[in-house]
Amino acid sequence: MTQTADERILRSSPLRRLLLSRPELGSVVGALAVFVFFGVAADGFLRASSLSTVLYASSTIGIMAVPVALLMIGGEFDLSAGVLVTSSALVSSMFSYQMTANTWVGAGVSLLVTLAIGAFNGFVLTRTRLPSFIVTLGTFLMLTGMNLGFTKLIDGTVSTKTIADMEGFPSAHAVFASTLTLGGVDFKVTILWWLGLVALASWILLRTRAGNWIFAVGGNQDAARAVGVPVARTKIGLYMGVAFGAWISGQHLLFSFDAVQSGEGVGNELIYIIAAVIGGCLITGGYGSAIGSAVGALLFGMTSKGIVFAEWNPDWFKFFLGAMLLLATLLNAWVKKRAEATK
Amino acid sequence: MTLVELTGVSKHYGGVRALEGVSLEVHAGRITCVLGDNGAGKSTLIKMIAGLHRHDGGTLRIEGEETHLASPREALDRGIATVYQDLAVVPLMPVWRNFFLGSEPRKGVGPFKRLDTGLMRRTTREALLRMGIDLRDVDQPIGTLSGGERQCVAIARAVHFGAKVLVLDEPTAALGVKQSGMVLKYVAAARDEGLGVVLITHNPHHAYLVGDRFVLLRRGTMVGNYTRDEITLDELTQQMAGGSDLDALRHELRRN
Repeated sequence: MTQTADERILRSSPLRRLLLSRPELGSVVGALAVFVFFGVAADGFLRASSLSTVLYASSTIGIMAVPVALLMIGGEFDLSAGVLVTSSALVSSMFSYQMTANTWVGAGVSLLVTLAIGAFNGFVLTRTRLPSFIVTLGTFLMLTGMNLGFTKLIDGTVSTKTIADMEGFPSAHAVFASTLTLGGVDFKVTILWWLGLVALASWILLRTRAGNWIFAVGGNQDAARAVGVPVARTKIGLYMGVAFGAWISGQHLLFSFDAVQSGEGVGNELIYIIAAVIGGCLITGGYGSAIGSAVGALLFGMTSKGIVFAEWNPDWFKFFLGAMLLLATLLNAWVKKRAEATK
Repeated sequence: MTLVELTGVSKHYGGVRALEGVSLEVHAGRITCVLGDNGAGKSTLIKMIAGLHRHDGGTLRIEGEETHLASPREALDRGIATVYQDLAVVPLMPVWRNFFLGSEPRKGVGPFKRLDTGLMRRTTREALLRMGIDLRDVDQPIGTLSGGERQCVAIARAVHFGAKVLVLDEPTAALGVKQSGMVLKYVAAARDEGLGVVLITHNPHHAYLVGDRFVLLRRGTMVGNYTRDEITLDELTQQMAGGSDLDALRHELRRN
């Protein structure tokens, strides 16, 4: 048998080996191409201030794309991720305002509530064994309704009351929404959150037991269960990871301004998923990387801002997005076919 | 030594009798073959030994102690490793990650506890080598290996993790002649390491090549339980195919 195995190894090209070992490679090539393209086509795209804008746009998506990518590697979707961000901001804002509590207390309550919603998603999924598409579509609709319903019920309008004058607001603003100046260029603090999350997620995926389990439950759930991997616990953990990302994003949303629009967030869940897929995550699970999701988010940020700098009609953004998604998915499908070629 | 002993075991799914009155012994360093056609109850039998399903009637003894297995994890902890035909591995994961899946060694303390990837890669290569499998690259996705090779990796994994009983579900079913021979070789290697092996198959030729004891199932009941000297390959094949059924079929298909 060693003969046939070695023959196979010799036959595989170095490019194929590289693509198989690095899920995000395709997206890196794509990101470079888009970068060069807008560098040439759009005046001022390469200015430091422009790049900082691009990084900020990328980070707001990237913070969510990281846990969404992990969840997707674990074989599931979360359609409620977009509105969960808004829910998290609303809970934080309304608790602080109504209880006249320190904004940090509100943020803490929001963290618990958001994590509980994530755990609920995971729990319902693993208990009922329904597809995650259905389960999280359900929570998506329920949260959308609750966001609007509770806000109108409590505040009388579709947005929350300002909490800018409340205790703890300046420090929370500093943590979640401040601007840092580096070499004369302003950078949003979300970029740090984003990079931190990418590093943490990469560590978890590649170097911890939980990471091994995430790949396994996404790649072959039954095999994972048979060798003793706690499948349900892993999946619930992944949904809580998405919830944690939603909490950070939600607090950013709140503390960037001082009030939240309760109808926001709808549709963003697809953007997170697209960023993860462009970054090399297989839609069927079991393959992908956290760094890839960051590259996907960066592609997103570059395209959305690049079109503005190039002074094109922003309607074209969606077209570029769709084309990139299609290309990325084709590449991913090809990789998967190769990896399972002899199955 | 008797590692696993089933006595008059039965399993019902709602109103369906999947298995009734099956007895089976697994000894260290011996291979017990379970033979049967599709629907004979082979899979049900495995699932009970592997801890996926609890048995309804009869007794299950592990090393003499009567027990009920609640989960695959418990079966593993008791030294029973099961290699399934189709779900033995996660295709897109590297060989070394698959090898340690569910039993990953770690180093470091507290939040810095991490996989000992060096040890994992090294051990995988060595454990496979000990079974006579020489893989150049343990980083390749296990899905790129052939079906026979993947079975062998799964067997080597069970041996490495100190399984006392190895349950193999149709390990040769989807394989060609050469690959089947390779897998049977590693089954014999596992036996020589002192493991008790349960080999589930519908191929009497493969069973007779390595088996010490043969249990025949048909439609959920045990129709025979023989040691190697009690039965010949021809008799085994005849029994397997359903004896009189085969004669009837022969008559039916005879050209006039």
